[in-house]
Amino acid sequence: MKIGIPLLIVVLLAAFAWVGTAYLQWYTLFGIIIPYAAFTLFVMGFVIRLIKWGTSAVPFRIPTTCGQQKSLPWIKQNKLENPSSFGGVVGRMLLEVLCFRSLFRNAKTDKVDDKLAFGSAKWLWLGALVFHWSMLIIVFRHLRLFLEPVPAFIQGIEGLDSILQVGLPLLYITDVLIVGALTFLFIRRVVIPQVRYISLPADFMPLFLLLGVAISGIVMRYGFRIDIVDVKELTMGLATLNPVAPEGIAPILFVHLFLVSALLVYFPWSKLMHAGGIILSPTRNLANNNRAKRHVNPWNYPVDVHTYAEYEAEFGEKMKKVGLPLDAE
Amino acid sequence: MYKGGRIILFAGLFVLLMAVPLLVNLGNATAAPTPNVDTPAINALSEKQCVESTEYMRSSHMQLLDEWRNDVVRDGATDYKSASGQVYEISLDDTCLECHSNREEFCDSCHEYSSVELYCWDCHDLADAKQAN
Repeated sequence: MKIGIPLLIVVLLAAFAWVGTAYLQWYTLFGIIIPYAAFTLFVMGFVIRLIKWGTSAVPFRIPTTCGQQKSLPWIKQNKLENPSSFGGVVGRMLLEVLCFRSLFRNAKTDKVDDKLAFGSAKWLWLGALVFHWSMLIIVFRHLRLFLEPVPAFIQGIEGLDSILQVGLPLLYITDVLIVGALTFLFIRRVVIPQVRYISLPADFMPLFLLLGVAISGIVMRYGFRIDIVDVKELTMGLATLNPVAPEGIAPILFVHLFLVSALLVYFPWSKLMHAGGIILSPTRNLANNNRAKRHVNPWNYPVDVHTYAEYEAEFGEKMKKVGLPLDAE
Repeated sequence: MYKGGRIILFAGLFVLLMAVPLLVNLGNATAAPTPNVDTPAINALSEKQCVESTEYMRSSHMQLLDEWRNDVVRDGATDYKSASGQVYEISLDDTCLECHSNREEFCDSCHEYSSVELYCWDCHDLADAKQAN
C-alpha cells in the first residue's frame, strides 16, 4: 500500500494528461493554464514555507560540531567541520550542498561475531549525489527551450552531456544516470528491511514522480518522436508571456509537462523542500562561536533590574542618617 | 521573525532566480522558424514530396539519417524503400542535399532555434556536393 498508492497516483496523473490531450483536446489547459499555475504555486509555496520556517523559535545557537573547535592558539582548529567564522560557514555549506558532506558520514551497524561493528556506507551518498547532479544538469539543459538565443554555456553543458555521441538523437549521460540513481534509491527503500519499515508513501511519491518525469522525457526523445521546434514554440510562448495554444502536439509532451507541473506543485509541501533548508538549517549554517560571543535568547523576558548604584541613589539619604557607608563617597 | 531580513532576502533571491527566464525574455517574442523549401530543385518537382511524409521528416529525420548512415557504411546498402514504396538512393549529398541545397534557411534555421548541434558537416561538405553535381 505504501508503494502502491503513490505509484497509482503518478500513473493516474500521466493517464489524465494523455486522455486530456489525445481524446479531449484540452491543449490550452495542459499547455498553458496548468504550467503557469504550477509555476506560480511552486514559487509562492516555496516562499511561504521559508517564511513559515523563519517565524519558528530559535532559542539557542545550535551548530553541530564535527571537529576541533576554535580554542587556544596552539590547538589546531578544524575550520570546515567546526567553523567559527562566516567564511568557514560558507565553506561548510558549500561542502554540504555540493558534495553532501554529512551524508558521506553515513554509517551502518552490523553484528560481527556477537560484537557490534560500525562500517561506512557510501551507497546512499553516491546515489543521492548522482541523482542531484544529474537533476541540476538536466534543469540547465532544459533552459535551451526557454531562452532565445541559447547562451553558449547551456550549449556547452548539453555538448558535454551528449559527448558519447551514442545513437541519434544523441544519448544524454544524465538521462541514464538519473534513471539509474532513482531506481537505486527506490530499490534501497524496498530491499533493506529497516528502511522499508520506516518508509512512508511520502517517501515513495517523489521517487515515482521524478521517475515519471524522467521516463516520459526519455520516451519522448527516443520513442514517440515529436518536433522540437513545436515544443520550443510552446515553451517560448510561455516564457515570453505570450502563450500560443499548442494544437496538435503529441500527448506524450503533455504527460511530461503535466508530471513536471505536479512535481512543482508538490515540491513546497513535501520532503523535497529540503532544498530551501540551505538557509534554515541552524545546525549547519551557524558559526560555532558559542563561547566566544554572548548569545542572548531573543525572547528572554525583560527583567527590571535595580542595580546597587540605583539603590544607593534612592535610599542614600536614609542610609547616611543611620551611618551606613556609601559607595558614592 | 528571528533574522527575518536575511530570510526575506533569500526568498527574494529565490523568486528572482526563478523569474530569470521570464525577465530575460520580456518583450522578446520570437516566432518559430519555418524551414525554407524554396530551391530550384524542389520547385522543378511536379509533386513536392520528400522521401517520407513531412510530419515524419520533421520529427524523425535524424533517425532516418542515422539509419541511412549505418546501412550505407556498414552494410553497403544503397537503396532505401520508403513507406510509399518508392526507392531512393541512400546518399546525403545526392539525395537530401540535391533538393535541400539551402543549408542556412533549411537545416540551420530550426537547429539554431532549438539549439541542436549537428555533426553532418564534419564529414559532408555542401560545396563538394555542388561540385559533384
